Amino acid sequence: MSASAAVLLPRSTERPAARRRPALTLVLAIAVLAVALAWAIAPWLFTSQDPLAGEALNALQPPSGAHPFGTDATGRDLLARVIFGAANSLSGAAIAVLVGLVVGTAIGVLAGSTGGVAEEALMRIVDVLLAIPGLLLALSVIVLLGFGVTNAAIAVGVTSIAVFARLARSQVLRVRRSDYVEAAFGSGGSFLRVLWRHVLPNSLGAVLALAALQFGSAILQISTLGFLGYGAPPPTPEWGLLIAESRDYVGSAAWLTTLPGLVVAAVVLSANRVASAVRKATA
Amino acid sequence: MPYALRRTGQAALVVAATFVLAFLLLHALPGDAIVARYASPELGLTEAQLDQLRLVYGTDQPVWVQLWQSAAGFLSGDLGTSLQNGAAVESLLAAALPATVALASLGFLVAVLLACGVAVAATFSSAEWLRRAFRSLPPLFVSVPVFWLGIVLLQVFSFQLGLIPVINANPVEALVLPVLTIAVPIAAPLAQVLIRSIDDTVAEPFIAVARARGAGPRWLLSKEVARNSLLPTLTIAGVLFGELIAGAVVTETVFARTGLGRLTVDAVATRDTPVLQAIVVISAVGFVAINLAVDLVAPAIDPRLRKAVHA
Repeated sequence: MSASAAVLLPRSTERPAARRRPALTLVLAIAVLAVALAWAIAPWLFTSQDPLAGEALNALQPPSGAHPFGTDATGRDLLARVIFGAANSLSGAAIAVLVGLVVGTAIGVLAGSTGGVAEEALMRIVDVLLAIPGLLLALSVIVLLGFGVTNAAIAVGVTSIAVFARLARSQVLRVRRSDYVEAAFGSGGSFLRVLWRHVLPNSLGAVLALAALQFGSAILQISTLGFLGYGAPPPTPEWGLLIAESRDYVGSAAWLTTLPGLVVAAVVLSANRVASAVRKATA
Repeated sequence: MPYALRRTGQAALVVAATFVLAFLLLHALPGDAIVARYASPELGLTEAQLDQLRLVYGTDQPVWVQLWQSAAGFLSGDLGTSLQNGAAVESLLAAALPATVALASLGFLVAVLLACGVAVAATFSSAEWLRRAFRSLPPLFVSVPVFWLGIVLLQVFSFQLGLIPVINANPVEALVLPVLTIAVPIAAPLAQVLIRSIDDTVAEPFIAVARARGAGPRWLLSKEVARNSLLPTLTIAGVLFGELIAGAVVTETVFARTGLGRLTVDAVATRDTPVLQAIVVISAVGFVAINLAVDLVAPAIDPRLRKAVHA
């Protein structure tokens, strides 16, 4: 597997070189996500300001050294609110991805491995979930569950069940047809054991890439629900809600909407960049 | 044509299943809708009066009877009654529809122009850096929160540049920023698919032949690439329809416009389940119908698909 193989497979010689010098945008994206994650885990390390209490005398100050993102209508430091908001937004996105991943993969694996009427029925349910526009599906689930951070996250998760189910099913079908899985069955492996030992490891890359992609879109959708007022109740710092609260000052305090929005866009863009890198690496 | 028949039957099945799911989802609320709406102490209704209301709204019946009545109503054009103001849901929808159709169709038009422009610039620009710049636009568009984009556009064009009045704008002026806002999330996936399919088409042997015979980029684009690259975009038509509806919800909220989106937001806020159910079912019908049309029309456009259909 040395010189002759390299000639036959020109791609295999390109890969290590690419791995040694990853794209600058990817490094940047990982850095942005790392910072956002650090904000979510230990927000107090990044700001000494209180995200909930402000001084009224200090209200609506434009960005300055003391308040890099300025202050809002009640004098709260906006950067502190963005930093403390990371926990709500990112954990919400994580819950959403988890719901979609677990339920969707369960449906897809069940459909792909049972076949017949059960598969037909499961995949028609998936069709129904796909037929309802994502935001409307999320809103229906919110009407069912009630408002709140966790409920909004679950609602967003429900919208991604269908794509995870389709991916999982196609992966199961693909791997099931391969020779080594037939061999595993032939040598007496039980269905669950073969699933665990062979199907799962072989599908992990594609599922992870989708999960990363869904993480970015979940942040967006959760912030949309927060903006519409169905997520975290005020004064909780949540990215979508921050932008909604500052809407009344659009003419006088532009930084209140611009800066939190840029943070959301940067995090989502980074998540998508990492997702495409994961997809390429596992393809 | 057994394929068309089978595909249509499948679509009808999905619509029916969507109806059942939406009904069960929105009627599985804790307590019934009448209690949620009328049992507040300040209204001071007695239990007997509540029972009468249940009788009027039909919520005293078992769930499957209600499901049957609701389905029969939908088929005959009776979409139910709003719990919030007692109006017929179909008249609420009819009143809200024109504004949203105007917004969505103009937004879609702008999105198509935007996407085609970006896709052509990203694949046919002469400079490498220019192609790269345009290629990075769709991922950027996808990552921007739509509601934030609307507010920023309002900020820049109305408050800073003063180009569009905030108060007393004429109907055309009032549409400009909402249309731009709704166009971006539609243009992004469209441009992405277009760029990918132009890349695929350009790699085809017949393009190399045309080039070898002396075709310039403009001739290539208009005569060879455009026709062959457009078909893949049809496959995301249903998804774009969903994006348009989501876009209408957000855009109408940001710009305080009336329309279906606004109706949806109000229905969720007041838990007006009949209104929400009607909007969900109608959107699903739209999505399924668009996908069905694409599946049936695609073989007529592209002869290569005909074999696959009959196989």
